[in-house]
Amino acid sequence: MSATATAGRVAAAASAAERPPVSRLSVFGALLRRDVRVARRELPYFLVRTIMQPVLFLIVFGFLLPKMGFVQAGYTSALLPGILAVSLTLSSVQSVALPMVQDFGFTREIEDRLLAPVPMQLIAIEKVVAGALQGVIAAAVVLPIARVIMGPIPDLHLANVPWILGVTLLGSTLFASLGLWIGTVISATQIGLMFSIIIAPMLMFGCAYYPWRGLDAVPAFKYGVLVNPMVYVAEAMRGALTPSLPHMPLAVSCAAMGGLTVLFLWLGLRTFRRRSLS
Amino acid sequence: MPDVITVESLRKVYPAPAGRPRRGPPMRGSGPPPAAPQEPPRVTAEGIVALDTLDLTIRDGELFGLLGPNGAGKSTTIGILTTRIIPTGGRATVAGHDVVTASARVRQHIGVVPQRPNPDRSLSTLENLAFHAAYFGIPFAQAERSGRALLERLGIADKAHAKVDALSGGQQQRLMIARALIHEPTVIFLDEPTVGLDPQARLDLWEILRDLHAQGRTIIMTTHYMEEADQLCDRIAIVDRGRLLACDTPEALKARAPGGTLIEVTLDGVATDVAAAARAVPGITRAEAQGPVLQAYSAREGEAIPDLIKVAGAHGRTVTNIHLTSPSLESLFISMTGRKLA
Ligand SMILES: Nc1ncnc2c1ncn2[C@@H]1O[C@H](COP(=O)(O)OP(=O)(O)OP(=O)(O)O)[C@@H](O)[C@H]1O
Ligand SMILES: [Mg+2]
Repeated sequence: MSATATAGRVAAAASAAERPPVSRLSVFGALLRRDVRVARRELPYFLVRTIMQPVLFLIVFGFLLPKMGFVQAGYTSALLPGILAVSLTLSSVQSVALPMVQDFGFTREIEDRLLAPVPMQLIAIEKVVAGALQGVIAAAVVLPIARVIMGPIPDLHLANVPWILGVTLLGSTLFASLGLWIGTVISATQIGLMFSIIIAPMLMFGCAYYPWRGLDAVPAFKYGVLVNPMVYVAEAMRGALTPSLPHMPLAVSCAAMGGLTVLFLWLGLRTFRRRSLS
Repeated sequence: MPDVITVESLRKVYPAPAGRPRRGPPMRGSGPPPAAPQEPPRVTAEGIVALDTLDLTIRDGELFGLLGPNGAGKSTTIGILTTRIIPTGGRATVAGHDVVTASARVRQHIGVVPQRPNPDRSLSTLENLAFHAAYFGIPFAQAERSGRALLERLGIADKAHAKVDALSGGQQQRLMIARALIHEPTVIFLDEPTVGLDPQARLDLWEILRDLHAQGRTIIMTTHYMEEADQLCDRIAIVDRGRLLACDTPEALKARAPGGTLIEVTLDGVATDVAAAARAVPGITRAEAQGPVLQAYSAREGEAIPDLIKVAGAHGRTVTNIHLTSPSLESLFISMTGRKLA
């Protein structure tokens, strides 16, 4: 055995030499490719999970109630941007947080990625990027559905494409970052709790189903809801999609989204690191 | 030969679980005696001391074994060397890079088989391999090709497209071995790789390890099987309670094993008094008590057994079991740690 060992060792000498660093971009590509493959396989669940809620809401509030005359026809214009915000929120948060909980669960499936020869933060950042993309896709799927269900929306202004895309992307990144933080903080048994005490109030008090200006009637709420990141996404959506209707100035809502993204990303990367290493 | 791995005064203290009372020394005296006495890990004010100033060097191309009872700190050592655990103190390098400050560079050189299989359950068997290779910058098509070859070699080629949940425990273990090799690492860590494998698969893995060894790769494995360490490893480190007890070739370690046959006599109560008396029995060179087990080293094989039973009886103890071990790695291990491998 020692003879073969000596012979083999000569051959292996080259492989033992220092290897050039692996390109971070190619590793990032591989991580993204994995998430895309998994997401594609789970597309039906993804769609149900993210568009069911907004579509049901659209049917009741965007179609049935206006038909019954309980809400004014103009309500659909206030509802549409909010519904898009709901879709991208649900989809970005869940597509990062839910797999993350499983990844850090009992079997720690994420280990095979944590062994990649790149800084660990890259793995978390890739998750956020993949989550943000899913948020954008969800919004893009819901927009035409909304148009079909609600009929013509008088104040819809689709010319502002760069703003619409920018706001959608920023909002999705914000909630994907929040998903990173939530996913690294909670355990599998707390997922249900997360929906009841974080997601549900966030959606209801996120100015998605009513414009922020409407809260002028209830000042305590008007300023209270400002802690809710969803408010800025919904209001920015209004600024981009229905600019002629009252909304928070785009500069303000975008600045808030940017600031909150940085905050959640920082918190999320910190807890990700803590969960990744013992 | 250059050192591939250096470990200097490595220390790891895990935070003690909050709220739970600290565990004291092992219970002695009353109550039914435990079958295999297990000392609890050292718990200090800082927490659970898993590694206590460990020093090691592993040379390029070595097949190195880490041997130790449960809780000795083997997985912690491997966790630190594979950059997955941050040491509390000391320093370690792999392939010339510090495991803390240059962890990404370290990971580039290593393949890891974890103690508990942790496949990516959203992917199929082959995808697990291909994507793992891709995380190391290997083009996907090439990764899939070498993945197929490895699955073939590990005898799970028929499961290439199965979801990993459909794999048995042993098959998952083989997948973990394939995953550790797919990116051609130069340093390979295996934490109890043969646990859960059937005898044939175990022999197959030995063959693979010997091949990798012949290719000049450095291999660090932990095991509970003495004959595995004896047959495979160039050198073996024996660790217990976070400390290095011995580190040498299997031959040199066996030569250090205490002379004579080890007679282990299990009693129905604490063996302390019996051990003291047993030292006077002719032919007994050494006798220790480990809870209810009397460990006596005999120069004349089993001839002293009747005398030992008499001594036990004289102290009011009944013998419940007797076990003989000829001089081996195992008897050295027991003489050093006072325990059998789990
Ligand atoms: N994450 C952790 N938190 C707290 N204590 C830990 C943790 N991991 C290990 N320990 C403790 O550290 C000690 C060493 O554990 P380690 O897993 O390194 O042992 P081992 O030698 O691999 O044992 P085994 O043969 O059972 O795998 C044990 O006492 C264990 O209880
Ligand atoms: Mg272990």
